[in-house]
Amino acid sequence: MGRYILKRLAYLIPTLIGASILIFFLYSLVPGNFIDGDPNLTAERKAELYALYGFDQPTIVRYFIWMGNLLTGDLGFSLQFQRPVTEVLNNYIWSSFIVAFASLFLTWAIAVVVGVISATKQYSLYDAVITILVFAAMATPSFFLGLIVIKYFAVDLGWFPAGGMTTTGADYTGWEHVKDVLEHMILPVLVLTMLGIGGLTRYFRTNMLEVVKQDFVRTARAKGLKERVVIYKHALRNALLPAITLFSFELPALFSGAIITEQIFNWPGIGAIYMQAFTVRDYTLLMGFTMFIAVLTVISNLIADILYGLADPRVRVK
Amino acid sequence: MSERASVLEVKHLSAHFETEQGIVRAVDDVSFSVKEGETVCVVGESGCGKSVTAMSVMGLVQTDVKGDLFFKGKNLAELSRGDLRRVRGNDLAMIFQEPMSSLNPVLTIGEQIMEPLLVHHPYSKKQARHKAIELIELVGIGRAEQIFKSYPHQLSGGMLQRIMIAIALSCDPDMLIADEPTTALDVTIQAQVLDLLRTLQEERNMSMLLITHDLGVVAEVADFVVVMYAGKVIETGTVHDIFASPKHPYTKGLLYAKPVLGNRTKKLYTIPGQVPNLVDLTPSCYFHERCEHAMDICREKMPTLKLEDRQHVACWLYEKEVKG
Amino acid sequence: MENIPQIPRQMEPKVEVEGSKSSLWGQVWRRFIKRKMAVVGFLFLTMIFVFSFIGPFFSPYTTMGTNPINAHQPPSSAHWLGTDHLGRDVLTRLMLAGRISLTVGLGAMVLSVSIGGILGILAGYYRGIVDQIVMRIADVLMTLPGLPLLFIMAAIMSEWRVPAEHRMYIVMIMLSLIGWPGLARLIRSQVLSLREREFMLATDALGLRDRRKLLNHLLPNVVPILIVTATLSVGGAILSESVLSYFGLGVVPPTASWGNMINAANSLIDFTNRPWLWIPPGVAIFVTVICINLLGDGLRDAIDPNMKGR
Repeated sequence: MGRYILKRLAYLIPTLIGASILIFFLYSLVPGNFIDGDPNLTAERKAELYALYGFDQPTIVRYFIWMGNLLTGDLGFSLQFQRPVTEVLNNYIWSSFIVAFASLFLTWAIAVVVGVISATKQYSLYDAVITILVFAAMATPSFFLGLIVIKYFAVDLGWFPAGGMTTTGADYTGWEHVKDVLEHMILPVLVLTMLGIGGLTRYFRTNMLEVVKQDFVRTARAKGLKERVVIYKHALRNALLPAITLFSFELPALFSGAIITEQIFNWPGIGAIYMQAFTVRDYTLLMGFTMFIAVLTVISNLIADILYGLADPRVRVK
Repeated sequence: MSERASVLEVKHLSAHFETEQGIVRAVDDVSFSVKEGETVCVVGESGCGKSVTAMSVMGLVQTDVKGDLFFKGKNLAELSRGDLRRVRGNDLAMIFQEPMSSLNPVLTIGEQIMEPLLVHHPYSKKQARHKAIELIELVGIGRAEQIFKSYPHQLSGGMLQRIMIAIALSCDPDMLIADEPTTALDVTIQAQVLDLLRTLQEERNMSMLLITHDLGVVAEVADFVVVMYAGKVIETGTVHDIFASPKHPYTKGLLYAKPVLGNRTKKLYTIPGQVPNLVDLTPSCYFHERCEHAMDICREKMPTLKLEDRQHVACWLYEKEVKG
Repeated sequence: MENIPQIPRQMEPKVEVEGSKSSLWGQVWRRFIKRKMAVVGFLFLTMIFVFSFIGPFFSPYTTMGTNPINAHQPPSSAHWLGTDHLGRDVLTRLMLAGRISLTVGLGAMVLSVSIGGILGILAGYYRGIVDQIVMRIADVLMTLPGLPLLFIMAAIMSEWRVPAEHRMYIVMIMLSLIGWPGLARLIRSQVLSLREREFMLATDALGLRDRRKLLNHLLPNVVPILIVTATLSVGGAILSESVLSYFGLGVVPPTASWGNMINAANSLIDFTNRPWLWIPPGVAIFVTVICINLLGDGLRDAIDPNMKGR
């Protein structure tokens, strides 16, 4: 196992180097930058700033400077926030994480139960209804769903706040503050959950349908086990195993998907920060964010493979 | 033999499947019985409904299963789901063709042997564990403690089939259904597993319903033989009668098709053709296309099972009206 | 019993072996027809295409005809879906936007299927260095988050001042750049497993030329899975285009697309008081994508009943 992990680590280094090259040169292709965007600067001041931030260097040199800093954990300096990018990300990532985690938890809990029931009652009315809902969930553009939800639940019914993380003006503390944040969270979490649930439910349904056809499920029934035990112990365990790999894709995808929902719900997370940085062309922040997601993707893939190895006895021994 | 009580009586069992091509009559009006301590073999080519018959008895196919299944006097077909479940794995156990895939890959062998014990008996975990170890030793595997903790992929096919037998016997069933238990195994292992089954059966005076296509196996273990063709029973009789004087042309064909050492002919005998498509069969003897004795009536009417000498056979050749 | 109806393997009815290619596709067609949802999806999709491409010819309103006096009309018998801030008929714009959105979706699909299909087949067939290069590039692209990547490409496009009417072609290219790696991976793994099958080994034994092996023996076996993935990828492309255009980074006005029509919701008054401006295009996207997915799903079942529905 140790050797396997080392091999995988060695394997992902070129991938990350490739990703960093692509990210850097893509962003450097875009003309204009934060300094050019400020009309109040004189030519001399601009030149000074260029020299200060290294913009006067050739692109290749700048890449190596960026890359070198990256290796020491320094993602650069955000011109917009006048702070290190790591600090900015750290400030905003947790509010994104709360929403991502809540919806991840809900998505999986609902998808497993609904998918399993749908599979055990294949071709029933329940299954048909679920299938239609799943297709609907997969066909809705996230921003449109967000808009509809705001229009209906926040504007028309007035049940939930339309956006933000806290009520503006109100200065809640303690339990009141938590309650306030929770209320603001409901709609974004709802939208993210609805978006993720379709694919996952379908995944569990197909996987369960495959597994319940296996010989060992028949054996379990022949032993006289209760149907509930047959499904939730014997079949579900086998269907859940490959899903570990899927879990690793979900987390980075949620952070990058947060760009849309946070923008729509005005949620102060890294997605919203990304959009702000984008409009003012704050490249260090943009590159830092993109690289962060890339590293997150690679690492969670690795973790998923290791976890899979630990969970599946067939892989474990090798 | 006739004074022994019947453990299982299958009466007019039918199992039909709906498919895109039409209704498949996998099992069509099948009747036979298994007596106490007796081994009944169901033989036939693949696709003739043997396995479906066995699964229907266990209630493991979900489709239109019609007919009565009297097991120790109770009709399994009329039992509630819960009652049927309490019979399964307890009084009536089954082992399958593919030991490699018949055990759950993510659970330990021990856990899988303990399951029926814990479900059907008021055993504690500790007692069940003890019993499971005994069972592993009973089916002739050493290092029982170690095997108990292993996962299925760590064992060979032969060992897994022994484990399957251990699971099946865990609750001392009155009857064991074995669906081609040796087909997937190496020849040397086949003999071992068959020996094990026969020994255990004799020790426990257990009835056995053995599904096989291997006439060698039949000759070794069977007391009584049921020959199936295209979902129907076409001949039944004691193993001696069937082997000594087969009546149905199909049974004869099966016996001729078996190579005998020291009796090499130019060409091995084969029954021409193959089992017909079971969809939309018209009333006829389903074997008529492959039968060298086929007559006009064979293409128009289905023969019924009638007593001829000492065995039952469904063939127009033995009908008086036709012969005369 | 809650057993899943299941026919033991040896019980499956024998399907008559059919000789010619056309009857194979005939079988696919018969299986497809039996899937009601897929047929419904297909019919609706046809209607959406007719609505978008032929519909505008029957509209009494000109494509770009602005009429400020007539602005912000709610739905009426004259304007079924009302008018926008320039007095344009929303229904007519919805049809025209459909042309763009559907074209972008189809175009992006054709491009990514061509790139992904060709690279996947080559990588799987030649393996070795070709495979290494293609798959490492695919790895890198799949590591990067899709949305930020699309945004940055869109920004480059804006800075290069691509004319509005050409932007849809750039959007297609962008979407296909994001889309091909997944496709290439899928096709490659398919080809790798096909390579090991007897009939491909037989072509080796026969000493056929590479070109013949690839075109006559390998390609026909990859086509079914390619058709299914291609169909499903159209839906994904339409969704991505709508996101980009909604954020003003894809197709931009005056060219209408379903995505940039929803942009109207960015104005608070339009959002709360004039839902006819932004709800119809959202519904159009929703219905189109759902139909495409139903169609793709039905095709998958029809082409290969054993293929896993993912």
